[in-house]
Amino acid sequence: MSTEREDAAMEDPKVDAPDPDDAGAKGDGKKKSRSGSSRKLVPALVLVTVAVAAGALTWLLTTIFEHKQESAASFTEVVELTDTSYDPAVWGQNFPIQYEQYRKTIEDTDGDFIAVTPTDEDPREYHTISRIESETRAQRMWRGYAFAVDYTEPRGHEWALVDQRYTERTGERFNQPGTCLNCHASMPEVYDELGDGDREAGFHAMNAMSYDEAYEHASSSIACIDCHDPQTMELTITRPAFIDGIRKAKAAEGVKDYDVNRDATNQEMRTYVCAQCHVEYYFAGDSKTLTFPWDKGLTVYDAMDYYDEVGWTDFTHEESGAELLKAQHPDFETWSQGIHATNGVTCADCHMAYSRVGANKVSNHQIMSPMVSDETINASCLTCHHSTAGEMRERVDGIQTRWQGSLNVSFTALDALITDITAADADGSATEEDLATARDYQRKAQFVIDYSFSENGRGFHAPAYSISILNQATDWARSGQLALRGVDVENGIGPAIPEQHMPDAGN
Amino acid sequence: MVRLVKALWRGYTRMFSGWTRIALAALLGVVLGVGGFTVYYSGVTGYLGDDPATCANCHAMDEQYEAWQRGSHHDVATCNSCHAPHDNLVYKYINKADNGFWHSLKFTFQNYPENIQIREHNREITEAACLYCHGDFVDQATNSSTHKDETVSCIRCHDGVGHMR
Repeated sequence: MSTEREDAAMEDPKVDAPDPDDAGAKGDGKKKSRSGSSRKLVPALVLVTVAVAAGALTWLLTTIFEHKQESAASFTEVVELTDTSYDPAVWGQNFPIQYEQYRKTIEDTDGDFIAVTPTDEDPREYHTISRIESETRAQRMWRGYAFAVDYTEPRGHEWALVDQRYTERTGERFNQPGTCLNCHASMPEVYDELGDGDREAGFHAMNAMSYDEAYEHASSSIACIDCHDPQTMELTITRPAFIDGIRKAKAAEGVKDYDVNRDATNQEMRTYVCAQCHVEYYFAGDSKTLTFPWDKGLTVYDAMDYYDEVGWTDFTHEESGAELLKAQHPDFETWSQGIHATNGVTCADCHMAYSRVGANKVSNHQIMSPMVSDETINASCLTCHHSTAGEMRERVDGIQTRWQGSLNVSFTALDALITDITAADADGSATEEDLATARDYQRKAQFVIDYSFSENGRGFHAPAYSISILNQATDWARSGQLALRGVDVENGIGPAIPEQHMPDAGN
Repeated sequence: MVRLVKALWRGYTRMFSGWTRIALAALLGVVLGVGGFTVYYSGVTGYLGDDPATCANCHAMDEQYEAWQRGSHHDVATCNSCHAPHDNLVYKYINKADNGFWHSLKFTFQNYPENIQIREHNREITEAACLYCHGDFVDQATNSSTHKDETVSCIRCHDGVGHMR
C-alpha cells in the first residue's frame, strides 16, 4: 500500500530536523551515534506514521463501501405530494438533488449580470445586459412598442417572475394584461384559485385581469408542478395555450384530435414541457387569450400567414407607420426545423443533460446553456458527438457567428427600409400604393428578423433554416426600398431550371 | 543489498524493547490487516484477470459494460481484447496498472466528466487491437495510408462496435 510509504516520506524531514548532520544517513554505524533524544523520537514517529496510514486506509475502505452503497440508491418519500402541493420546497423534501439544482437557476451562468443600484420602483440588485443597447437597430424596429423601452438578456427560471414584475414593459403606461403571467409564474395554484379548481376557467379569468391584479395571486416563479404530475412525477402539460396550440399544429400535419397529455411519448414531453412557454404567441381578442399561431404549421412563414389571415397587428411603427408584428422567442418552433429535432434530440437532452449523482443519473434541473463550460459541453454534446469539448465549442461558435453575420445584413436592410419609408412619407416622393407595398415589406421582413433575433439559440437550434429565413427577410427589406422607387419586384420565384436534388433512377 | 536491509532491520528493532515493541508490532499488524481487507473488499485482485464484470466493479463503467453485452463484439471480445495491448504481456500489465491507478484515483475522488473520454495512448491501443484481429482483411486500406505516414482510424467510423456509448 503506497500510502504508508508516502506518509513515511512525508515524515522524513521531521526525522532529520533535530539533527541536520544526520540527513539522509541510514547506515548502521551512524545509528550508534544518534543522540538519545532522537532515539526516543523514533517510536513516536513510527506511531504517528502508522496511525496516519491506518486512518487513510480506513477512509479508503469507507469510501469504497459508500460507492458500493450508491449502486443501491433508494428514493425516500418524505411527504405525500398532491395536486395542491404548489410549493417547490415541499417537493424538495422528496427530491433534494433536483430541488437544489433547480434553485441554482438563480446563478449567473452566462456571465451577463450587471450590478445596479436598487430603487423603490425596482429593488433588484442585478440585471442582465440590455439587448437594445447592444443592438440599437432592434430598438429602432420596435419604436412605438414597449420593447423599445426595456429589453434585456434572458436569465434563469428563478428570475422569471421578479424580472417580469420589474421590467418597464409591465409598468403603468403599458397597461399589460394578466396573460403575461402565464409563463412567468407557477400557474396551477393561480388557475385553481381563480377558477375554483377548474384550471381552464382560471386561465381565462387570469387573462382578463390586469397584470398587477394577476400578479397578486402568484406565489412562485416556475416550479415543479408546472411540468410534473405530483403523484407519478411524469412530465405533464399544464398550460391550456400549448394544449390548444399543439392540437392545431398536429391537425395541420394531418393528425386529428391530438391530446398532448394522452398522446405524447415521454421523449416528446421532454420538449413539450418547455414548449409551453418558449414559443411565439399573441394575446387574441378582447379576452386577451394566450394563443400560439400554429394553425398552419410551425414555420415562421406559417405564423405570418396565420396573422395575415386573422388580421392581427401588434403595433404601428412610430416612424414608418407600418403595421407590425412582434415576434417572441420561438425556441421550440425553430428547434423543430433543425437537425436535432429530426434525430429526436429534445430540449432536456441538451439543456438538462444527465448529471451523475452517486450511481444514479439525474436530469440536471439547473436549466442553462450547454455551452457554459467544458463540463456542460461534455455532459450535453459528447453524449452523442464523440468529439472533444473544444471541437464542439468551435462548431457552435462557427454556426452562431455565421448567423450573426446574416442577421447583421438583414438588420442593415431593414434599418434602411425604415429610413426610406419615413423619408418618402414625409416628402411625398412615393405614391400611396408604393408606400403601402413598402410598409407590407417592412411587416414581413421585420417579423422574420425579430423572430430570429428573439430566438434564444442565436441560430444554433436550426442553423440552415435560420440563415435561410434571414436571407428571405433581407430580400423583402430591399424589395421594399425598390417599391418606394416604383420598381416592381417579384419575390420567391423559383429558379428557371428546377433543381434536381436527388439522383432519380426512375424508381 | 540483502545485508544492508538485514542490518537496518536489526538496528531498527533494537531501538525498541518490552511493551513498545509489542505495541508497535500490534499497530503495524492492524494496518496490514486493514490494508489487506481493503484490497480484498475493493475487488482489486480481479483486475489481474480478463473478466469484463470486473471492469464494472465501480458503477462508473456500468453503461459501457451493459452496452458491450448488447454489442456486436460481445461473443468475440472482452474489455481487454480491445483496451489492453496485444504486443507483450509485460506491457499489458503496465498499461492495466496505469489505467487502474487513474481510474481508482478519479473514482475515489469522483473527479471525472459526465461522458468519460479515452486518453490518446489508450485510443492507439484500441486502434491496434482492431488490426490485431482484422488486419489481414483491411490490409489495402491500412497499407495505402501507412506509406504516406497516415493512419486510418477504424473507430472514427466504426464507432460503437464494442459498446455504443
